[in-house]
Amino acid sequence: MKLLTHNMLTSHVKGVTKGFPLLIKATEVKVNEVEFNSQFVSRMIPKLEWGALVQAAEEVNLPGELVPNYETNEDFLKKVHRVLLEVEVVEGCLQCPESGREFPISRGIPNMLLNEDEV
Amino acid sequence: MEQSVAVRRSKEEKKVLRKQLKASHTLLKHEGISTAPQPTKSLVVANGGLGNGVGREELSTVLKEMGEVETLLMPPQKPYAFVTYRSEESAQRAHAHLNGQKLQCGENSVTLYLSYVDSVTCEEKNSVPLPEGLLLVEDFVSPEEEALLLAAIDWSSTNDDVTAQKALKHRRVKHFGFEFRYDNNNVDKDKPLPAGLPEDCLPVLERCVRNGHINIMPDQLTVNQYESGQGIPPHVDTHSAFEDTILSLSLGAKTVMEFRHPDGRLVPVVLPGRSLLVMKGESRYLWTHGITPRKFDVVPACDPESPAHTTSDLGPNRNLTLSKRGTRTSFTFRKIRHELCRCAPSPSPPSAPSIPSCHADATRLEEEYVHRVYDAIASHFSSTRHSPWPRVCHFLSSLSPGSVLADVGCGNGKYLGVNPELIAVGCDRSSALVQICAERGFQAFVSDALSVPLRTASCDACISIAVIHHFSTQERRLAAVRELVRLLRPGGRALIYVWAFEQEYNKQRSKYLKEQNKEHPGNLSPINDTSDGIQEPHGKARMHTSRHLEDNYRPGDSMQDVSKVIDGKLSVHTNRTAFNTQDLLVPWHLKEGKRQGGEESGENCNRDPSPSESGPVPVFHRYYHVFQQGELEQLCVQVPGVKVQSSYHDQGNWCAVL
Repeated sequence: MKLLTHNMLTSHVKGVTKGFPLLIKATEVKVNEVEFNSQFVSRMIPKLEWGALVQAAEEVNLPGELVPNYETNEDFLKKVHRVLLEVEVVEGCLQCPESGREFPISRGIPNMLLNEDEV
Repeated sequence: MEQSVAVRRSKEEKKVLRKQLKASHTLLKHEGISTAPQPTKSLVVANGGLGNGVGREELSTVLKEMGEVETLLMPPQKPYAFVTYRSEESAQRAHAHLNGQKLQCGENSVTLYLSYVDSVTCEEKNSVPLPEGLLLVEDFVSPEEEALLLAAIDWSSTNDDVTAQKALKHRRVKHFGFEFRYDNNNVDKDKPLPAGLPEDCLPVLERCVRNGHINIMPDQLTVNQYESGQGIPPHVDTHSAFEDTILSLSLGAKTVMEFRHPDGRLVPVVLPGRSLLVMKGESRYLWTHGITPRKFDVVPACDPESPAHTTSDLGPNRNLTLSKRGTRTSFTFRKIRHELCRCAPSPSPPSAPSIPSCHADATRLEEEYVHRVYDAIASHFSSTRHSPWPRVCHFLSSLSPGSVLADVGCGNGKYLGVNPELIAVGCDRSSALVQICAERGFQAFVSDALSVPLRTASCDACISIAVIHHFSTQERRLAAVRELVRLLRPGGRALIYVWAFEQEYNKQRSKYLKEQNKEHPGNLSPINDTSDGIQEPHGKARMHTSRHLEDNYRPGDSMQDVSKVIDGKLSVHTNRTAFNTQDLLVPWHLKEGKRQGGEESGENCNRDPSPSESGPVPVFHRYYHVFQQGELEQLCVQVPGVKVQSSYHDQGNWCAVL
């Protein structure tokens, strides 16, 4: 699971009103090299929940605030690229911030299925 | 049958021979035949097989010249044969004289390569039983009757209206009583042809009734004439057009008709001249039958030394030979059915479920007949889903770069990488399929389409390809559309594909129905793309404007009431046929991928590949609700804020852009 995907995922456990962002509890993380495409990353930014991404990527030294004119700030885009596309959580789980329900991540795949009593 | 025997070989020729020998050994190894280094009584004769067009008589003649032959085994469709001599000396003589020699068989000539084998692996399989409901009566008509019947058919005029004579691709055909129309595979029951059944047929038919082969006089006759090399694709006679029993009288040359079960079983049946074939029950409704266009058939040898086989089935590894086809004329007698087909025997799962009446039933049904099945068939399913549909790709390409796309029910992820400028994520209920996506480097997660764990309004576009037809109630289908819409930002677009009840649109049969003629029946559901993936959406798909839709598809529109199921049980669909109901179970015949490679690796082998040694394969049933025209649109407009931009029929699917 890339952090880009994490940025879109939310918990839908019954009764939960704010299931986003999911807390990442990673036990295995890998970093893949992915070709950098500044335009692609730049287009991604408006789709993101920035706060959630910063929270998810504290260890990657991302600036706390979105920088102005990020479209032309290659250094900044590269950092975003790394966080969004190169960091992958392989094993671990995602935790619903409200209910505490944990969704397992196995072999890079989050399993977001809910039990019958949770929908 | 002449054979040319070259006596002397040059050095160069010897070298070539050694090379070829080596190749033939490799080939035999592939087939699991191990050769012996020391002379034995048995030899494998590479290239001297029925699969290379070598007949038993030709091979036997040359082998017998070398000594007394104990057995000659010619496995069907294989490019080799086994011979066992009474003495080792004879075997050595054969090896010395025949190895590398050319054998002339009709127009072909093959080079024989002989090697010793320790034992002839003669797998004594039980002879294949005839399909249930099938009966073959030999010598049903006398030679005089045969001549009379053949004379009663006048082929001289072409395309006359009286008997609706047609020259088809692989045979010519005439109809009496009623015309069978190949455009819709049905008969016009209210339009009898001017010519009734020929009078000469009546005595024969009366005998059929008297002997209990059929309990009602047939009123429709189709006469097919096949020249050598012609045939008829595998098919099941239209259920709704004809009653259960079908009589087929073979006149002239014998041929081999192949019966295929959906589970892969294949039963070739030799139809001698003047024989009557009676098809009832499973053999009529479940098995397909067809005649492979070819000039030779593999048939049991009529060797005077071995007892004659009274049964006509071709048990594997019997004494087989090739029979040259001549002109065969078949008279197929059928009784037109005037009421709805009570559509009978189809292999139902042990306990066919009912259409769900409550939410809990629905989830249970989907769990058992959708989720578990996809997990079980994931890798085979994925291997049949490789090329994306052109019109889905077109939708994906039309999205602006950087758009966020959610593929809800992404399967093996074949749409996730179509447009690399998109930010694409996929989800599927089947973790086995999601695993395949992940291996391909796509972002995907496991979730239910009714509760997609994505932020509201986070997507610029959603696609739902062949998903919503797996929900078993109207409420759940609606909830699935609602969930798609929730994901979309204002102004976002969704594309939905569902399987259509109408597999024939604008007078064109969908690819799903057309594929019936192909080798492997079954499995290919509408998003089928095994073949080439460049299939154009057929015809002019009708585009509706949204206003047009509102005018035409109000809830409660007059839809055909086809969803009624007798006794409330879901029926099992026969693959590659038109649908009888909207809620049904569609069989998936699991194939083990391994087998195909080995059988095709041999040189010259398999001119007519067929599942020769397939045992029964597991069958899974998937639940589907197939949509009627207008139903998808009607469903979508119930979700607030939804506008159907366009809708169309694409290869057996109803599709809508929201």
